[in-house]
Amino acid sequence: MVKMSFENHIMKQFDDELEEIRTRLMEMGGKVEQQLQHAIRAISEADSKLAEQVIIEDRRVDAMEVDIDEACILIIARRQPAASDLRLVMMVTKAVNDLERIGDEARKIANHAIILSEENEPSVGYPEVRHIANSVTKILANALDAFARFDADAAIRTIEEDKQVDLDYKTALREVVTYMMEDPRSISRAINILWVVRSLERIGDHAKNLCEQIVFVVKGKDIRRR
Amino acid sequence: MKLASEQTLELDEGHVTVGQSFSDDPKMTMRNINVFYAEKQAIYDVSIDITKNEVIAMIGPSGCGKSTFLRTLNRMNDTVDGCRVEGDICMDGENLYAPNLDVVELRARVGMVFQKPNPFPKSIRDNVTYGPKIHGLADTRVDLDEILEKSLRKAGLWEEVKDRLDQPGTGLSGGQQQRLCIARAIAVSPEVILMDEPCSALDPIATAKIEELIEELSQNFTIAIVTHSMQQAARVSHRTAYFHLGKLIEVNPTEQVFTMPQHQLTEAYITGRFG
Repeated sequence: MVKMSFENHIMKQFDDELEEIRTRLMEMGGKVEQQLQHAIRAISEADSKLAEQVIIEDRRVDAMEVDIDEACILIIARRQPAASDLRLVMMVTKAVNDLERIGDEARKIANHAIILSEENEPSVGYPEVRHIANSVTKILANALDAFARFDADAAIRTIEEDKQVDLDYKTALREVVTYMMEDPRSISRAINILWVVRSLERIGDHAKNLCEQIVFVVKGKDIRRR
Repeated sequence: MKLASEQTLELDEGHVTVGQSFSDDPKMTMRNINVFYAEKQAIYDVSIDITKNEVIAMIGPSGCGKSTFLRTLNRMNDTVDGCRVEGDICMDGENLYAPNLDVVELRARVGMVFQKPNPFPKSIRDNVTYGPKIHGLADTRVDLDEILEKSLRKAGLWEEVKDRLDQPGTGLSGGQQQRLCIARAIAVSPEVILMDEPCSALDPIATAKIEELIEELSQNFTIAIVTHSMQQAARVSHRTAYFHLGKLIEVNPTEQVFTMPQHQLTEAYITGRFG
């Protein structure tokens, strides 16, 4: 594995600044991961209180994005980073955007959790949600882990895992549509489930973007849309 | 391609330059160049091509040999006592170190601009026309005036000095003096222009003007520039060569060097790390 180091600048301050954006990106990743877990739990346990908390906390995620972006702009203006430093800074500005979008999707899931919890209907579509939620949670965790260790190989493996989520998503769509055809009274509920599954699939895509950015930092290769 | 971080920081004995040192359409070819100042070796086995009409930047820490290397290209090192150059240096296939080569003519074909603007203590007009006169490039006043205007225009200085051509060149600002030196170099219709830190004594605005000029000049001339400013190398050059302790470490397209350098030493230098 290639070892990345963002230390040993002649200007020590520059080391600290790069370390700072790295740490803050990790913090934001941890926060977003927690938001996703809470949103999923809010659905499966019909916990509207927890869902509301996810919605409120999303503002903090948004604020983190703005803060980290500002720190990156300052580094570019002050240090004119080059090579691996430049790649890291560019990666972080893109990664915060993906993390913020993951936060948005978690908030949407929480919204649907509130709607679903207000109905006392049978739990149609929950197995599909649970299955995809498990895969997506794992993918996000792996992506953040790959970033923490700048492990391009792990990032590439995680990109492969996301392909399975895309397949599972299509299967889930078909099944939820089947529920709707079998019992038209379940349509409104099934549509909510559809949105949730859709959000989970999008989160997988953002996690995949994160992995592509990690490969860019480590190897200097842009592997998007290949 | 080996990743920068997979390489060791130590330079081994059989060091090989990484990247794209050679060209299909070379203006100058240098092979196995070694330069010595008396006993001390300053350049170790450097081989590189300079492509026609390219701007190539030489970067590296002080004492890495980049200026010494630049000065081998028009035999400026001949003037240094105890300096010895080994290897082959050719321009358009012609050996520049051949015994019968006219060095004065060579320096007209391979012009040079120095770190500090050094206009002759003469008028602006004489600064530019002196070269063409002694090289016999123009006989009449009309021809000289034409060269004068053309050179000053190419150097982006004409509009600023056209009304005071007979005033001393030393009365111009630093940036204008440097552009006058470029006009003086251009006046003898060189094929290659060597620039040794041409902007290090200039303010950012004068620097920007020179950099814009370099871009324009590359349409007609081949330019090799030594610079301490990495941003300048990134802005003006097509290829960048990184020197370290007299060895040529890496030559690659500039966009690659500043985003994904191939060698760890290049990476350390351009990111401002201890190499």
